[in-house]
Parts: sequence; structure tokens; C-alpha cells
Amino acid sequence: MTQEKEWPLYEVFVRGKRGLNHVHVGSLHAADDEMAVRHARDVYTRRNEGVSIWVVKAADITASSPDEKDPLFAPAGDKVYRHPTFYTIPDDVPHM
Amino acid sequence: MTATEDEVELQAAFDGTIARNDRIEPRDWMPEGYRRTLVRQIAQHAHSEIIGMQPEGNWITRAPSLRRKAILLAKVQDEAGHGLYLYSATETLGVSRAELTEMLIEGRQKYSSIFNYPTLSYADVGTIGWLVDGAAICNQVPLCRTSYGPYGRAMIRICKEESFHQRQGYELLMTMMRGTDEQRAMVQESVDRFWWPALMMFGPPDADSPNTAQSMAWGIKRNTNDDLRQRFVDMTVPQAEALGVTLPDPDLRWNDERGHHDFGQPDWEEFMQVVKGNGPCNAQRIAHRRRAHEDGAWVREAATAFAKRTVGEASAPVVEEVAQQPSRNPGREGT
Repeated sequence: MTQEKEWPLYEVFVRGKRGLNHVHVGSLHAADDEMAVRHARDVYTRRNEGVSIWVVKAADITASSPDEKDPLFAPAGDKVYRHPTFYTIPDDVPHM
Repeated sequence: MTATEDEVELQAAFDGTIARNDRIEPRDWMPEGYRRTLVRQIAQHAHSEIIGMQPEGNWITRAPSLRRKAILLAKVQDEAGHGLYLYSATETLGVSRAELTEMLIEGRQKYSSIFNYPTLSYADVGTIGWLVDGAAICNQVPLCRTSYGPYGRAMIRICKEESFHQRQGYELLMTMMRGTDEQRAMVQESVDRFWWPALMMFGPPDADSPNTAQSMAWGIKRNTNDDLRQRFVDMTVPQAEALGVTLPDPDLRWNDERGHHDFGQPDWEEFMQVVKGNGPCNAQRIAHRRRAHEDGAWVREAATAFAKRTVGEASAPVVEEVAQQPSRNPGREGT
């Protein structure tokens, strides 16, 4: 078999309809950005699943790692006062 | 901290995630056996979708009407899409798409034995939709809850689309059953050929399926082969009655005590032969896939060369132009 270099991996995000965020739906390989959009249309929106597509090279994504030992999400852990349920308000106070 | 202690901790975190019925995601630590099992299972599933295009693709040019041709084209295109969802899920485990294709073509990874049977008549298009896709749905619905996130998400997309596949097949057969005696005979003959291979799709009996227990402990599989086979038989019997065909099993009957149908065993020796590569179409399926891959090489090379040239030509004014196209620039997305 011929040894060819594989096309880069793209991650695909689709906006399901107006008013919604783009959501990650999967990935695909394409030679360039434009082909990635075309492939994304054929692979991920064959049944009107989207009104808009974003593609980005997987290599360009910076991610937090869930198994990292350093407490990336820890600062939010002990700040219960950021949630509305932290505050006790009498039941008979309306519209709260 | 020693490496061993570290590993114990990682294993404990993994076991905890599985025990909570939570999902494992690509960047999580996972036992090597878990990764290996997933790669084997998801890749085999992906290959099945890709090879599965061939038996039905065989009838696209001979579909009896434009309506049937459009449906069949859409279905075969879906199978390609399903293969791609699954390849992309496999890639999250650190295997490349090119490696997977190579392993398929070289026979180092398998695909479902069902696709090694030929499609001898147009009725087979209907039977495959009804029985083969029906069996696939039975297998796949529980996999939507599999413990590996990307696999489960791919299965959810696939299951949504499989429903169309099964219904178009059943409707095709219903139409033929309303036709002439000859057409009804075609349907029955097709069902006779596909019934047993469809039952084999669930894999060997539980007693001969050594990997099942571990796969279930890991939450990769959610039901045993025999459970799913029973579910499929129970679902299919009333559908066969409604259609007016006979399922070719003299032992098939309702068992009031069990609340399930009793049924005969497929020829497991035949199954092993097909898995080993000695089925009616194994060589043909792989040769066709290899040819398609090799014939497409120049297209992939040309696209790569074009992409390289376009990147090389990119200059400031071009970038500006791109930025003004809303669909190309997430930051200014209009829709």
C-alpha cells in the first residue's frame, strides 16, 4: 500500500437551529478548511441537523485534561455562595 | 509516590467512574485492555458499516423505480456516514484512520459476518433493511449507553438513522407481498436465506463468548449475545406474521412459561467458517474495498497538493476576504 500522509483531523461543531449554540458533533479528516466544511455537511447534516457549521483543526484546540492532578476546577468547588440556593429567604417572599 | 501507587489510584478513579455509570472520555486514563477491547469493537463496527455498503450498493443501478433508487442511495450513503462516525470515535483512542483502513484491507480486523452473504435478488434489499438492520438496531440501542463517551454518542446518531433503514426495508417487502405470486415467492426465498445469518449477527452463544463478561463489567456491552438474540426473535415474529412470510425455523414457537419464543440454533460451524474468511463473499468484499481505496489515492493526493498550494498562496488580502464571509469566521457568525 502506498504510504500517504493522512489529511489533518478537524473537529466539527453544528448550530442545530437559530438561537442555539454550536455544539461539538464529531470529527473528520479533510485536506483543507473548505473541504472540511463540505465533508461536515455530508457526514453530520444529512437530515437538516444544522443551519451553520464550524470546523477547526483538532491540533489547534487547547484543552484542560480531566485526569490532571492540579486542581483546575477546584477554585469553584468551595464557593457555594455563587449559587442562589446558598441564600435562605422566607417562603412567603414573592418572586425570589 | 511510586509509579505503582499512581497506577492504583488511576485504576481506582476509572473503576469509580464505571461504578457510577458515568462515561469515560478520551483523555481519561483507562486500562490498556479496555482501550484494546474498544478499538477492536468500534473498528469492527465501523468496518461493518463500510463493507455493508457493498451488498446493497449492488442493486442501486437496478432499483425498479426512481423512488426506490433515491431511497437506496440515501441508505447506502448513511452507511458510509455511520462508518465515519465510528472511525472518528475509534480515533479518539489513539488509532489513526489510515491504520484502520489498512487493517481492514489486510484482514487484520474483522467486520460483521452478515456482509459476506450475497444479495441475489432485489428482495434482498428489503430483507436486509428489515432483518439485518433490525438485528443491528437490537444490538445498537443498548450501546447508546456504553461506558465510552464517543462510542455512545456515535451510536445515538446511528440509531436515529437506522430506524429509516428498517422501515424502508419492511415497506419494500410489504409492497412486494401485495404484488404477484412470483414477487411473494421472491420475498420468502430472500427471508429463508437471511434469517439464520441475521441470528448469527449477535455473535456466538454466551457459553462460547469468553469476552462478554469482561466487556459487561467494563460497561462496554450492556447485554449478552443470547439476550439480544432472544429480544430480536421476539420482536420479529409478529412482524413476519404481519408481512405474511414464514421464518424458516421448525423449532420456532411461543413458550408461555418463559414468556419468550423458543427457537433453533443457527449453524455455528458455518458462522465460524465465515468469520475465518471462508464465507461466500469474503474475498470479493475485501478486494472491492482495496480497489476503491487504491483507485481513490490520486484524488487524496490531488486534494493534498491543492491544499498545500492554497495555503502557500494565502496573503493578507485573502485573509481579509475570508474574514468577511460569515460562514467562514466563527467570530462573526451571522446565523
